[in-house]
Amino acid sequence: MLIIACPYCGPRPELEFRYGGEAHVARPVDPSTLSDEDWGAFLYQRANPRGLHAERWRHVHGCGRFFNALRDTTTDFFAATYETGTPRPAGTPADGETSR
Amino acid sequence: MADLSTMRTPAIEALVTASPASHLAALTALPPRTRFSFRGRPAAVTAFGTVLGFDLPQVACRFAEDGARRALWLGPDEWLVTLPDREATAFAGAAATALAGLPSSLVDVSQRSLALAVSGPMAARIINAGCPLDLSPDAFPVGMCTRTLLGKAEIVLSRTDEARFEIDVWRSFADYVWRLLEEARREFV
Repeated sequence: MLIIACPYCGPRPELEFRYGGEAHVARPVDPSTLSDEDWGAFLYQRANPRGLHAERWRHVHGCGRFFNALRDTTTDFFAATYETGTPRPAGTPADGETSR
Repeated sequence: MADLSTMRTPAIEALVTASPASHLAALTALPPRTRFSFRGRPAAVTAFGTVLGFDLPQVACRFAEDGARRALWLGPDEWLVTLPDREATAFAGAAATALAGLPSSLVDVSQRSLALAVSGPMAARIINAGCPLDLSPDAFPVGMCTRTLLGKAEIVLSRTDEARFEIDVWRSFADYVWRLLEEARREFV
């Protein structure tokens, strides 16, 4: 079983977590000014990289909080977890690169 | 109106009555108590602490208690507070006064769940039958509490003593959780 480090509770079994999609997807400030293509892109287009991926997770059967995680999509290795609202940790490889 | 406080019986009364005794891993249902779910920002947390009589724990996954009152850290801005039924009305009133004007939420969730205790030298092993957490005293010391999973049910697990755990489980899952623990401790009965 994977052990995922919740930024609030510490290392916990993966059963307690739910995946929450790609992280750092900012909602447009004024959606009414967007073209249909741009709005569609915000809603549906995601990076889907092979390698590191910044994504949201929720510790649903624990503290209940959402947080962000850097996970390698090929190895399932969690390179880092950090609180929602904080930027991606400095010094970590970009999306799509390998975690180690 | 019917007096609900005297009509409260555990949802698992028949199971409790039929449960065999064991000094290695005893399984007991705890008497009813009042539970409040409290959520709030630091100003509200301070105000709530003065009503409660002690500060809410700020360290993740720890509970604080004073006499019969206990406050369990469930999340960065979420606590579960338990106290005797007889204090509930006065406490709720005092808390509402103290929290006036401070964004917060205080909800009576007493009827939502019921409490069990697993005690004895094999207690951790019994719980580990359905819970993947590390329950060794180093990783899960006395005074620690957390929401987690036991089998398919969500529980609030707290360690009140080296060899004693308390479980808070939703009423509708209580039957399942009791039977699961009963199955796990069968060899110690």
